[in-house]
Amino acid sequence: MSETDIIARMLPVFQEVFDDDTLVITASTTSEDVEDWDSLSNVRLIIAIERAFGVRIKASEVAQLSDVGSLADLVAQKLAAGAGA
Amino acid sequence: MTVGTAQLSWLPDVPADFTRRLKELDPAAPDFGTALQRLATARLNINQATSLGRRIEAQLSNGGKLNPFPSLKLAVLSNGTITLAAGAIQAAALRHGVATQVRCVEYELATNVALSGEPEMGAFAPDLVLLAFDYRGLPFDRMRAGEPAKPVVEEVIGHLRMLRDGIKRNFGVPVVFQTLATPPASLFGNFDVRLGGTWRSVISAVNAAIVELVEEGGYLLDVAGLVERVGSENWFDEPQWLAHKVSFQLDMAPAYADYVGRLVGAVRGRSRKCLVLDLDNTLWGGAIGDEGLSGIVLGQGSADGEAFLAVQRMALALRERGVALAVCSKNDDANARQPFRSHPDMLLKEEHISVFQANWVDKATNLEAIAKTLNIGLDALVFLDDNPAERGQVRMALPMVAIPEVGTDPSTYAWTIQAAGYFDAVSFSAEDKQRADQYAAEVQRVAVMSQARDLGDYLSELAMVIHFAPFDPIGRSRIAQLINKSNQFNLTSRRYTEAQVAAFEGDTAAYTMQVRLRDRFGDSGMIGVIVARPAEHAGEPAFDIDTWLMSCRVLGRKVEAAMLSELAQAARAGGARWLIGRYVPTAKNGMVREHYAKLGFTLVEELPSGECIWQLDLSAFSAEDLPMVVERVTKAAA
Repeated sequence: MSETDIIARMLPVFQEVFDDDTLVITASTTSEDVEDWDSLSNVRLIIAIERAFGVRIKASEVAQLSDVGSLADLVAQKLAAGAGA
Repeated sequence: MTVGTAQLSWLPDVPADFTRRLKELDPAAPDFGTALQRLATARLNINQATSLGRRIEAQLSNGGKLNPFPSLKLAVLSNGTITLAAGAIQAAALRHGVATQVRCVEYELATNVALSGEPEMGAFAPDLVLLAFDYRGLPFDRMRAGEPAKPVVEEVIGHLRMLRDGIKRNFGVPVVFQTLATPPASLFGNFDVRLGGTWRSVISAVNAAIVELVEEGGYLLDVAGLVERVGSENWFDEPQWLAHKVSFQLDMAPAYADYVGRLVGAVRGRSRKCLVLDLDNTLWGGAIGDEGLSGIVLGQGSADGEAFLAVQRMALALRERGVALAVCSKNDDANARQPFRSHPDMLLKEEHISVFQANWVDKATNLEAIAKTLNIGLDALVFLDDNPAERGQVRMALPMVAIPEVGTDPSTYAWTIQAAGYFDAVSFSAEDKQRADQYAAEVQRVAVMSQARDLGDYLSELAMVIHFAPFDPIGRSRIAQLINKSNQFNLTSRRYTEAQVAAFEGDTAAYTMQVRLRDRFGDSGMIGVIVARPAEHAGEPAFDIDTWLMSCRVLGRKVEAAMLSELAQAARAGGARWLIGRYVPTAKNGMVREHYAKLGFTLVEELPSGECIWQLDLSAFSAEDLPMVVERVTKAAA
């Protein structure tokens, strides 16, 4: 799955977590761009992403994330590793 | 799976347009509170519950109200990231009838606030403080395997007592203690529970001591009981704890929140007071009106029979602790009471039932009568019914009645009712035991007006699809079964063997109709049969209706009108001017005495036997609009 595909699949998750069905995200979206995206809702976001893609994301990995693109890349990596295993 | 507390399996599904519905609610509207509660009653996930909690918070923190619900301010002190569950707690509390504001204090700050107070929390002025500490937030550090539990227990209880006293001093309100879940950590395996100083033995001793501690005042949230249900390996999530200090797996938040909601509801006196029971396929298997006393399934010897016994046993146990019982069933009163009076396996007797409503009026109207008779609110009722369409209809008309989603397997009913927390209590007294008797000294039956309620909207939301076909080999045995077993909605009660039914299939002179119905709640299967024959009436061609029967489960859904419309169309196509119908009275079919009159037929004559003959002039007949999609297989195509 490409980064674009993953971001497209992430969109409904973002919309539900941040309670905004008009929310739009791109690879360069950061927490600065989304109202209510704080450290607390980030926990719900990460857990919802884990659930949606069937992956597990470690705290150390969360700390490395800078924007939606890097989250999508991380998910892509995990999906690829999972598929190869 | 039988009953799923982790998924709150008894709650209805979340509507597909939940986000839009929530957004469109107007806080200024008088029904804002009830509309919000309606959404809170669905099986919300953590994110949906958080969104809903935000609306509750916005309304209450502005000094607004959520009528008609009493309000409560809850402070939650926790060693974990409990703020994530705050919205879920608010949604769950509203589900249980309380408009709740929540303030969370986390990690080390939680203990400080309890002991030293804090201006912001003082200004919030909580009514109740929940001590949401798990084993990681309490002093277990002196625990050693093989050492006695006692000093550890004393230290933990001493710590909780200190927090409680601080809260009393600083805020002057009661606390809610939690029992502790045992982590899935084991040193000795089977031997853990026998050895002092292991998690299994220490937490078990601490929980016993917490129960004693609550005797000094306060309330108890039985988290250990919840985790026993869902399993500690599902409850604890070490990666989430280490990453985010979330005390339990976030998917468990709705279940945890529901436990808090029940307790808050019980504290505010909002627990339910009456269990209303449907009869056919809820208290026994089969329809008493059709199968008769010897035909219903109840008692030892069959899985379903024992399951229905368990439902009755559960109802009786609830009654003994003060919950009133009532009956609400589509049946003739005499038929419905028969098992209570004469079936040897019935555990429930008439004297256990405070209000007994068996009639053909819609159930919402009967539930209103039950609440009124008992002088309790509709929000004090729980309604157990196996029929999803009935549940949907009552839920739409009376959203404040709690209606558990149950499947078709009666073996899950008793535990579902008990898992859902409808009757949570914070105390139990001798008077409580007597309460069910006080509701009514005798079995009451209240007269209700029929057609009290406009069902048009409900019927169109059901998205019914009715399917007509002539008799065919696939339907044959079910047709024969209906023809031989339907007693109530059966105009002529003419019985035909399966071979005779097969003969109709090839009989070009006979008009036959088998009817199936499905809707968004599921497929009801075959629910109606008509047999008619060409005849002559007043010198003109007619269709004479030999057999017309229907399953009582689909009453009140315009199925009769749809069948008539279909039959009229076929009769016209066959060149008929008249439809001729007969009502042949039996001991059981009184409910269809006026069937033809209701459909617009006029009486031709009443014979000395009581048989009535009716006619419908097809040249003047126009079919009414039907709230359903019609599917049709014609004889030529079949």
